[in-house]
Amino acid sequence: MFGELQEKLDGFFSKIKSRGKLTEDDVRAALREVRRILLEADVNFRVARSFLNRVEERAVGREVTKSVTPGQQVIKILHDELVGLLGGSFRPLKRSKQTPTVLMMVGLQGSGKTTTGGKLGRYLAKRGMRPMLAACDLQRPAAVDQLERVGEQADLPVFAVRGGEPVMVAEQAAEHARAHGYDTLIVDTAGRLHIDEPLMEELNRIRERIRPAEILFVADSMTGQDAVNSAQAFTERLGISGVVLTKLDGDARGGAALSVREVSGVPIRFAGVGEKLDEFEEFHPGRMADRILGMGDVVSFVEKAQEAVDAGDALKLAKKLKEQQFDLEDFLAQLHQLKKMGPLEGLMKMIPGANKAMQGMEIQEDELKRTEAIILSMTPEERRKPNIIRGSRRKRIAAGSGTRVQDVNRLLNQYQQMKKMMKQMGGRKMKGMPGGMPKGMPFPPS
Amino acid sequence: MTMNLFRKLRHGLAKTRDSVVGSIREAVGSGRLDDAVIEELEEILITADLGVDTSLALCERIRARASREALAGDDVLRALREELSALIETPATENASPPADPERVEGPYVTFVIGVNGTGKTTSIGKLAYRYAQAGHNTLIIAADTFRSAAVEQVAIWAQRADVDIVRGATGADPASVVYDGLRAALARGSERVLVDTAGRLHTKTNLMAELEKIDRVAKKVIADAPHEVLLMLDGTTGQNGLSQARRFSESIGVSALMVTKLDGTAKGGVLVPIRRELGIPVRWIGVGEAIDDLVPFEPALVVDAVFGDDETLRLRESIAEE
Repeated sequence: MFGELQEKLDGFFSKIKSRGKLTEDDVRAALREVRRILLEADVNFRVARSFLNRVEERAVGREVTKSVTPGQQVIKILHDELVGLLGGSFRPLKRSKQTPTVLMMVGLQGSGKTTTGGKLGRYLAKRGMRPMLAACDLQRPAAVDQLERVGEQADLPVFAVRGGEPVMVAEQAAEHARAHGYDTLIVDTAGRLHIDEPLMEELNRIRERIRPAEILFVADSMTGQDAVNSAQAFTERLGISGVVLTKLDGDARGGAALSVREVSGVPIRFAGVGEKLDEFEEFHPGRMADRILGMGDVVSFVEKAQEAVDAGDALKLAKKLKEQQFDLEDFLAQLHQLKKMGPLEGLMKMIPGANKAMQGMEIQEDELKRTEAIILSMTPEERRKPNIIRGSRRKRIAAGSGTRVQDVNRLLNQYQQMKKMMKQMGGRKMKGMPGGMPKGMPFPPS
Repeated sequence: MTMNLFRKLRHGLAKTRDSVVGSIREAVGSGRLDDAVIEELEEILITADLGVDTSLALCERIRARASREALAGDDVLRALREELSALIETPATENASPPADPERVEGPYVTFVIGVNGTGKTTSIGKLAYRYAQAGHNTLIIAADTFRSAAVEQVAIWAQRADVDIVRGATGADPASVVYDGLRAALARGSERVLVDTAGRLHTKTNLMAELEKIDRVAKKVIADAPHEVLLMLDGTTGQNGLSQARRFSESIGVSALMVTKLDGTAKGGVLVPIRRELGIPVRWIGVGEAIDDLVPFEPALVVDAVFGDDETLRLRESIAEE
């Protein structure tokens, strides 16, 4: 998420950090660079301008001149403004007094309304609601079929009337939901261009009839400068209450998020982060701003690590490390834990600074598989005492794992280096290690 | 190109034209080209999604021209139109895999339609199939998007509308095997044009890109020189990420040309300019509406004219097209 933007900001920050006090000119020059970064990230031209004006106003003057480290101060101001622009903390969906609470999904064609409807339904069902989907996209061929399949996959009921008319279907769906005890109705509507007057009018009629608690504008995170036009049209013509940002699992810098937020004035509620129905998250502006500013998504990383790492195992490992008995069995266990945490690439993006360090160095999942194969081709004794692995054993292991002797040598060297490193670190306190120990695991001085 | 097509194009791009030409006129006024005007031009180009680099490069060229010749008023429009045409007419580079000449292909001419999710692949396949069928080609659609729910049903409806044959895979089936069966069927039925609908995939997903490469390999087992053309769908509202999409897809199975959709809204689709400039991938088709015949072959000069052209040039163009 926001990967490229983050890298570029990294470059810019390293320049600022390396200097002493910032002058007014420095701030201006730096912000010109930020402007370029924002524009390349598809932040709308005018949104970028007003954003930077705000940052400049706050950066030039008291706050900067009084600070001890001006670079950090500018970073903080940029960050705060970005969080401000992305909109406070997460706000849950409104419920209406009478049932069902109606949630209406609207947006341009291909933004991902149907899939998002299913994801949202599942999200609510997991939280104890009884949602139902209503198929009111009667425009696109087979859109009703698609929603029905999505409903099947998400284990949610779908209300559909083939050959119906959207306003009527929406009304009937609401009645059906009320009668059958569904507390939430998610209405899928046809994708439409914001300049399509008759279709926008149709949405208004649906809105008037079923009184939705929330109208969610589904926006593709890859959208360019035009994001402001569609968001503005949907806001003015219909009145939206929230935004769902989709396709954030790609490499789009997602500047559209800032544009849509600024123009519509409504918060971004959720983010779609994959094709599967549970790849759907609450949108956290703070975390997102952290990512943008190269501070890494530490919170998500720690959460993921905690999910994967068993506390007991971690303690055992910590003890072994301390006693410098870390062998290849432990190495293998670490590999498995790393795998449990999901694709490495996603993981690396969450670690502060890792993105920059990893630049030009593709993380090879294959390499991990190879390492695993090599260790699995060793006897338990060899894993515990890697020192006994000499020439002929190396040949056997290479043959058994389908690798070359050089690969086996490299792994053994890496192991030795790691052991040396552990020795050096043994005397210090260690703070949270990726895939290893929980944060703050104490290491008493040896 | 018939007049009909030109009108359609002009109508479809009316929104683009109104805003771009209007704002340039306003920026230039009748005064001389100074820094403030250049900055306005920069804003206009960036707002049209041409990207920072391309916009700055264009402005630089205009500035250079202004120092040689006196540019005022509509001269700027003309200069910009010329520079932009020069940019999108640059020859295709090694990044583009040029399509095979249909005249030289014996047997079915196979076109893959690929792209990220939600760009309009299925709809565009319907429009292309209709066009081929109208031109009298025996056309077959292979519905190989077995991932998205009801994608096969959706393309089947389009096949019916266009009155062409379809080979469909079951949802969840291996798309490569669907393509294999489809191409065998195309050979058996003597199809002249084959359109392969593939599932939308983000270009950053290695496994999905590998799946696409497998489809490509398997297709070659049935027809050695297939696909003869690979069309990458680009959503006209997409910003600078379009460049990344074009790069990754062309590194994967190669891209012959782009098909740009949703240009009937307010989006300008300007990212096609940096894609052409940096990767040399041309645009082949543009989608300008939701009807089955809302598909127009891309001609750089014509689109530039439709976007930037002053009324006189447009009238002239239209009358030429009419003849």
